[in-house]
Amino acid sequence: MIQRRRFSIIRFVIQVILVAVGLVMVFPLFWLISTSLRPAPELLATPPQLLPQHWTLDNYANAVAAAPFGTWLLNSLIFATISTLFILLTSLVGGYILAKFKFPGNSFLFILILATAIVPFEIYMLPVFLEVQALSLINTLPGLILPYVILSYGIFFMRQNVLASVPDELLDAARIDGLSETGIMIRLVSRLLAPAISALAIFAYLQSWTAFIWPLLVLNDQKLFPVQLGLAQFNSSVSVNYAVLSAGAVVAMAPTVIAFLVLRRRIIEGVTLTGFR
Amino acid sequence: MIASGTIGRGLHRVRSILPSVPPQRRRTYLFAYGFLAPIVALFAFLRIFPIVYTVILGFFNWSLVSPDHTFVGLDNFINLLSDPNFQTAFINTTIIALGTTVVSIALAFFVAAVVAYGGGKIGGLIEILFFLPVVTPLVPATLGWRSILDYQHGVLNAIFGVFGIPNQAWTTDPTLAIVSVIMISVWAQVGYNMIILLVGMRSIPRLYYEAAAVDGASTWRQFRHITFPLMVPILLFVTVITTIQAYNVFTQVFVLASDVQGAPGYLVPVLVYDIFQNGFRYFNFGYAAAEAVYLFLVVIVLMLLQFRLFNRPTD
Repeated sequence: MIQRRRFSIIRFVIQVILVAVGLVMVFPLFWLISTSLRPAPELLATPPQLLPQHWTLDNYANAVAAAPFGTWLLNSLIFATISTLFILLTSLVGGYILAKFKFPGNSFLFILILATAIVPFEIYMLPVFLEVQALSLINTLPGLILPYVILSYGIFFMRQNVLASVPDELLDAARIDGLSETGIMIRLVSRLLAPAISALAIFAYLQSWTAFIWPLLVLNDQKLFPVQLGLAQFNSSVSVNYAVLSAGAVVAMAPTVIAFLVLRRRIIEGVTLTGFR
Repeated sequence: MIASGTIGRGLHRVRSILPSVPPQRRRTYLFAYGFLAPIVALFAFLRIFPIVYTVILGFFNWSLVSPDHTFVGLDNFINLLSDPNFQTAFINTTIIALGTTVVSIALAFFVAAVVAYGGGKIGGLIEILFFLPVVTPLVPATLGWRSILDYQHGVLNAIFGVFGIPNQAWTTDPTLAIVSVIMISVWAQVGYNMIILLVGMRSIPRLYYEAAAVDGASTWRQFRHITFPLMVPILLFVTVITTIQAYNVFTQVFVLASDVQGAPGYLVPVLVYDIFQNGFRYFNFGYAAAEAVYLFLVVIVLMLLQFRLFNRPTD
């Protein structure tokens, strides 16, 4: 009994420590929001205050007036949406065919896709740049999106899911019922894979929304920047103080942070399901 | 010879299949090849070719701005070994990768263990708090960190000041800048590692612990002899993924060194930044590609290591 109580006290202390560390984890986000809501003179307060003394939204107005954040957000939205749609399509079709059709070269192709899945983009970005240059797509949105239309891991992930949750009998039954192969894929397989598709969609969206080095390489026209690159450039422009900068940073991070807070069960399940980031 | 034989046999197999299959089956083959072809083409164009071409580029003196591309053999690879920029970048990146991996996994393991075995009702809250950094884009996150690490007005130095520790130059001192990069990388990675480890811990059957408890094993012994051994494969997976990720550190370094209010931070030389520099500032694509090949070798070694350890018979 005594031991039990001592154990629960230790447990309580550990839980308190854990929550404290957890608060440290969200502190940078809190700090950006708090900084973005204070007038410039308060930035120089020593010691720094946790909350603004005079709350203001001026920094947001100044940030939006000084840089085209609206355009940048729209570019990010276009980039992430098109990339996600392509990745879903190529992963679903590729994964389904690799899982359910036997043809020479099937397993070789599968191993090749799996092997490239782990190679980071930074390693082969130079030739991708040369290709995009050869296609005259440097400094264009299609050039930005092109490397993001397929995801090796996505194809692998979908193949595993098809193997796990699409029985052959069902496919044969659909064929006997006269459904075309394309119809089977669109109507039947995609429905059976709905959870996997949404997990992959979340991952793909996050990937392009947070992308940084490729946009940096391929774009130089500010009007085409996705918001992360725009923010990085805004950050080194003259006459920007931390308050205005923080307002811009909040704008750049808000979409994914809000999406996470709304869909957090889904997103965490998605990560555990896909195992990638 | 061998290759052509294999292809020949493959073709033969296709030919022998095609006439014998009913039209229905043949349609399914057409379907499979027809839909797979564009995907394979994209895959070859955007992944296979660039990876292979990176290695080829490494053997050339390849300028981005002039048309002279000369084969120079192993020159780039050899010159890199005595290039102080490359050496510094390689050492720094390795320190950052090791630091990030060790700290983020140790912390993630601790947090996951508490949530899995003694979390009570706070598990959900902890998941949110630790996972938020994972979904936060690195550019705004690093800007937040930069302001926290600010020499004069930063929160971190203010907290240090309470304990009488003098202000530290987190973003401008070469050594401390590396510490700062590790801090940001750990912050961004630990939530992901925790979630993966948590899944592993939750999948260990309760029965094992109950049986051990009946036999009188203490909590620590249960942890040591049940949890830990069963978690080794997952720990290994997380270690390799984290190390590969950390070796590609770039955004944190780039933003941390950026110029805010006329005060640029110290630029920590790391591999990807050096590749970026050689390729896009000096237009020396061959040299940059050779550097990327060295980074590729690190990734390959890490992967082989994982396969080796994974296939080790459990003792």
